[in-house]
Parts: sequence; C-alpha cells; structure tokens
Amino acid sequence: MDTVVLARAFFGTSLGFHIIFATLGVGLPLMIVIAEIIHQVKGDNDYAIMAKRWTKAFAVLLGVAIPSGTIVGVQLSLLWPGFMEIVGKVISLPFQIEIFAFFLEALFMSIYVYAADRLPRYFRLISVFFVALGAVASAILISAVNTWMNTPDGFKIKPDGTIYDVSPWDAFFNPSFLSSSFHVAITAYMTGAFAVASVAAFKLLKKRPERERAYHLKGLFMSLTVALLMSFVSAVSGHHSAQILHQHSPEKLAAAEGLFETQRYAPLAIGGYTDPKTEEVKYGIEIPWALSWLAAGKFDTEVKGLYEFPRETWPPFYVHTLFNLMVGIGTLLLGLAAVALAYWWFFVKRKGKPFPKWLLWSLVLSGPLSMLGIEFGWVFSCSGRQPWTIYRVQTTAEAATKNEDLGMLFLLFLGLYALLSVLTVLILTAYFKRNPVSKDMEKLQS
Amino acid sequence: MSEEVLAILMMWTFIFIYSIFGSIDFGAGFWAMIYNNHKTMAGRIANRFLSPTWEITNTFLVLLVVAFVGFFPKGAYTLGTVMLVPVSLILFLLAIRSAFMVFSYSVQGYRRTMFIISGISGLLIPSLLIAVLPISQGGFIAVDGDTQSLLLSKLLTSPTLYLYVLFGLTSELYLSSLFLADYARVSKKEDAYRLYRSNAILLGPLTLLAALFTLLFITPESSWLIDNLKDQKIWFILSLIAFFIAYASLWWPKQNRPGIGRPRLTLLATVLQYGLASVGYGLAHLPYIVYPDLTIYEAFTAPETFYSLMIMYIVGLAILAPGFYIFWRLFLKDKRYLQQE
Repeated sequence: MDTVVLARAFFGTSLGFHIIFATLGVGLPLMIVIAEIIHQVKGDNDYAIMAKRWTKAFAVLLGVAIPSGTIVGVQLSLLWPGFMEIVGKVISLPFQIEIFAFFLEALFMSIYVYAADRLPRYFRLISVFFVALGAVASAILISAVNTWMNTPDGFKIKPDGTIYDVSPWDAFFNPSFLSSSFHVAITAYMTGAFAVASVAAFKLLKKRPERERAYHLKGLFMSLTVALLMSFVSAVSGHHSAQILHQHSPEKLAAAEGLFETQRYAPLAIGGYTDPKTEEVKYGIEIPWALSWLAAGKFDTEVKGLYEFPRETWPPFYVHTLFNLMVGIGTLLLGLAAVALAYWWFFVKRKGKPFPKWLLWSLVLSGPLSMLGIEFGWVFSCSGRQPWTIYRVQTTAEAATKNEDLGMLFLLFLGLYALLSVLTVLILTAYFKRNPVSKDMEKLQS
Repeated sequence: MSEEVLAILMMWTFIFIYSIFGSIDFGAGFWAMIYNNHKTMAGRIANRFLSPTWEITNTFLVLLVVAFVGFFPKGAYTLGTVMLVPVSLILFLLAIRSAFMVFSYSVQGYRRTMFIISGISGLLIPSLLIAVLPISQGGFIAVDGDTQSLLLSKLLTSPTLYLYVLFGLTSELYLSSLFLADYARVSKKEDAYRLYRSNAILLGPLTLLAALFTLLFITPESSWLIDNLKDQKIWFILSLIAFFIAYASLWWPKQNRPGIGRPRLTLLATVLQYGLASVGYGLAHLPYIVYPDLTIYEAFTAPETFYSLMIMYIVGLAILAPGFYIFWRLFLKDKRYLQQE
C-alpha cells in the first residue's frame, strides 16, 4: 500500500473506532438527563436506578472515548500534517472551543461520579446536564471542522498555497456547518436511545419477575419515544444535508446517486451498484423525478451528473452503496420505532400483552444498526469528498504525511483497538453481572 | 510585544502548566504503584488524588496540541512529520493507561493491573514527552529537499536524550512527592506526609544534578542554546534561590503546632523555581521552535485567527473558572473526601 492509502486506512480505523464511543458518549448522557428529570418529577425510583446504571456504562465507555479521542486529535497532525497546516490558519477556532467543551465534560463527569454522595440532588442534575452539554458541544464543534472540509469558506488562497484574507468565524459557520453538525448531534441521540432500547428489549426476552419486567418496560418505552423523535428529526435534517450537497458539492450527490448525465426531472436510484464499465446504476430501483424533487423541492430542478466534472475529481463509485445503506438504515429504524410504539400503545398498555419475540429481537438489533448507519454516513461523507481533503483546495495526497513508517504503527493501533474493544465488553458484562437490577432495587428499598 | 511573541508566551505558559500538572499526575501514578497496600496509606492518597483529576490533566495535553496547531501551524507540520513514531507511542501508552484508570473503578479485579500500568506508563510517557526538547534544539532532524525526518538512531544513541529524560523523571518524582506531601498533610495523614517528604529530600538535589549534567553534555548542534542561556543567567539564579527556599522549608516548623516542614510553601516555591527556569529557557530558545529550520515568525498562524483564538481563550477560561473552582473545592479541599479512610 502506498503511504496515502495507508494513512487513510489508519486514520479511518482510528476514527471509526472512536465514533462508536463518541456517539454513545453523546447519546447516553441525554438519556441520563431525561431519566433524572422524570425521576425528580414523578418520584419513581426506577428512573433513578436507570440513571445510575447508565452512568456506570457511560463511565466505562468514556474510558475508551477519551483516549481514542485524544488519539484521533493528535493523529490529525501526525498523519495529515499538510492538512493541519491549513487548519491551523483557518479553522482552529472550533478545535479550540471544543477543548473547553471537553473540559466542561471532564470536570462535571468527575464531580458526578466521584462526588455524587456529597452533593445535593439538584446539583447532581446540574452536573449531568453539563456533562451532556459538553459532550454534544464537542460533537458539534468537531463536526464544524469536517463540514468546513466539505464546504471550505472564510479564506483565500494564492496559487503557491499562501493563505490570506482569513475570517475564522466565516470558516466556522461555513455553508454546511449548521445542517451537518445538527445531523451529527441528532443521530448520536438517536443511536444512544436505540442502544438503550436494545438492552431493554434483550432483557425482556427472558422471563423475569414482574417488578423487573416493569422496570425494563419503562426503559424501553422511554428510549423508544426518544428514538422515534430523533429518527424523525434526523431524517428531516438528512434531507436538508442532501440539499446542501446539491448546492455545494454536486459531484458528491451525483456519485451518491450514480447519476452521470446532467438532467432535469432526475430519477432517484435506490439500491443496486454503480457499474464502472457501463457507467450506470445496475439492479437499482429508479423513482422518476424524485432526485430533482429531493435536491431542491421542484421536479424540474437540474441535477448535475458526473460527466459535468473532470474524471480525476470523481468520488469513488461505492459511495452510492454507502449512501443507500445510511439512508436505508435510518428509514428502517424510523419505521421500527413507530411500529414498536404503536404496538406498545394498542397491545401492551391497553391489553397487557407482552411484546412478541420477533419485535423484541428486531429492537435488540436496532442499537447496533443505528451505529452502523452512523459509520456508513461518515465513510460516505469522507470518501465522497475524495480526491479532496479540503474540497477543491487540497488533495488527500498533498495532505498526507511523507513519513513512511506507518505500517508497523497501524498494526500496533489495530491491536490496541481490538484489546480495548474486548476489555470494554468484558468489563461491562462483569460489572452488570455482579450488580443486577434486582440488587439496585433492594438497595433502594433498604 | 509582537503577535508571534505573545503567541509563544501563551504556548510556554500552557506547556509550563501542563508540565507541572502532568508531573504530579504521572508521578502520582508511579507512587500509587510503589506504595500499593503500604501501611502509611501513601498509595491510597496518591490514588485518591488521581481518580478524579487524571481526565482533566489529559484534556490539558490535548489543549497543548490544539493550541500549538492554532498558533503555529507550520510548527505542527514539522513536528507532526518528524514526531510520528515517538508521539504514536505516547498515544498508545496514554490510551492503555486511561482505559485502565476507568476500568479499575468499575471492576475491582483490574485494580492491581491498573496500578502497574499506570505506574510504569507514569515513567515512560514523560520520558517520551521530554524528548521533544533535545529534538527542538537541533541536530536530530534530517532535511532532504521538502521532506524532514527524525534521525532516530542518532537520537537514541545521544547522551543528551538520556540526560533530559533523567532530568524530566527526577523533576516529575520531586514535584509529585512535594504535591502528595502537601495533599497528605491536608488529609491529616502524617505518616504518609513523612514518607513523601523524605522522598522529596532525596530527590531535590538529584534534580539539580541532572539539570547540571544536561547542560554540560549538550550536543554541539545545541551550542547556540548555551550561548543564549548565558544571557539569561539572572533567571536561573532566581530559580536557584527559589529552590533553596523550597528545600529549606521542608524543615521549617509548622505554624503553632508540632510537626516539621511547610509542604504548601515548599510546593509553591518549587513551582516558582521551575517557572523562573522556564522563563530563562524559553527566552534563550527564541526565536526558534525547531533549530535551525523553524522560527516562531515562519510558523505563525494567520493574524485574524490568532486574535479570535485569544478572545476565545479569555471567554472560555472565564466560563470554565467556576467549574474549576467547584472541582478544587470538592477534591482538593473537602475534608469529607480527603479524610476518609
């Protein structure tokens, strides 16, 4: 592998690993805040138990989220020194503000975990609120840098690479910042909610004492409500992001849809794959006019095809599949949450029936699926920008390190990520096996 | 003061703050390993400090990197290229250490492993971190046209590197002993206090010796630095005075009570000692970030970015200040936390 490909594989792996923990690190605190609030409003202790147990899981996940985030942050300079040189001049602001969000999260996480017993109740809620705020702010700020890579703004560049006329706030609030960062935050909430739903559904699969069943049902209902809301909002915001693509990164949208000819009344291709020989989407379902309508709300919108652009700047064709997977998973989960909540309303709540096995099993899968959707989305966003690291400013080859020692380091970090994954699973299962819900309930009664 | 000098001043301030907190953090990890199950509770005290604070210290390390990229992007380019291997090793060790710190809190069975990992990485990580100083002084980077690379074998066989590491490690252990001595005193654990105090008594002179040898055996490529350092004598003399005050205060009687030493005073005077020496070193290092290829003027960011960063630092610190205050009250002052068994 040449150095650029190796650097991409290396960094992609680090990021893909970090995203799992970072996403849950944003999603779980929201669930904890909601549980704490319900507990304080309703006085139902089950929600206090939920908050406590999710905090435990969150703390363990944070043990990986923090170091993996540190790794990604520093690896940016190690693997992409050319990129970071421009970043430093133009878009270092959100990075720097992110550090403050990170401090906020770290300070109040320590306070919430290590000083909970010395704090009044309202202050516990404030602490966990700041943890959640710091987490989501970090996500939004770090996404700001990525959105700037897709739609760079706030500077001018001379042919020799000199950067001038920098306006850091314009770079920060670049055209795709609001829509994409919002999408990142909302899908993290969606994934956090589905992750909780997965666990609750899994617990409901086995026969349990009525008291515990009621506890898990509450958790499932609460998480599904959040999941449904967030899935819906993320679908709307995803749609908005696609419109931004249409305006600012037309080749990405063309590649996502396998569209070669520029046209009005452009069709939407669902499924299939882009055949590089014939340059068309094969085995897909075409919905006439739909792409034009999605791109700008009118059927006669002209959507640019790939032939409009020089061949060497075409994104790879596989992004069509990634795009379909991301959108497909999002739609599927939206439907699943709606069906499950409808079932709950009509059968579980009114007639006291249990959830059927097939529905519970589907819900068990929802958390991992949601996470996969996020991973596909990131790979789509970054591969779809190729060959650029900064769209139409810097190619990935220019951004990459010239250092050739990447191979061994890549292996070393692959080992590290494998080790941390295994340990996280072991620790979580060991902890929750030793401290089952029943134990927390007893403790509360005594 | 020019923008570039203001930026490097901020940078040195951050580096200084991190080197103090980092020393205490990694040192506490080391002492927690050494005094695991020690009858004086010295290990438990070190760990009690470490549990809630390591995450904040880690965040500060990320702040250093981010600030450097923002203020001196070209510097990030050079150091990012040449430091790939050492920094990757730091990241690797840091990740394992952080993960085990958290894991051991959830599952008791990981305690022992955590103490060993945190203790050993508490020596290795600072050793790797301080390697950036000899590298920045020149002689270890090969330039071939556009590409720069680290002369790893030259670095590894150079006595300068090891003397720096020695200086870094003795300083780390000295500072953390002093801090933990003070922490033990506040926690009313007089036995643990005496233990850390005696460590400090041993380590203090060693740090001076290590510093002296580091300067004596400096590489020929760094002779420019020695010349510059001679112009900054006054800072080092003041620093030495601060050291003697700090060291002597280890024997001063406690106010109005029996007991020996004033650990809070010792700690503050020692921080002052390192601060003064850092000013001298920092001034002598100007205008270079990496000698002789990179000065602060070439590496400097876009001026507009610099000003918005400065404003955000002020705003951010103002917003966070109450958070830090509450944190300090809860973990470094609250008797309910400190004086538990």
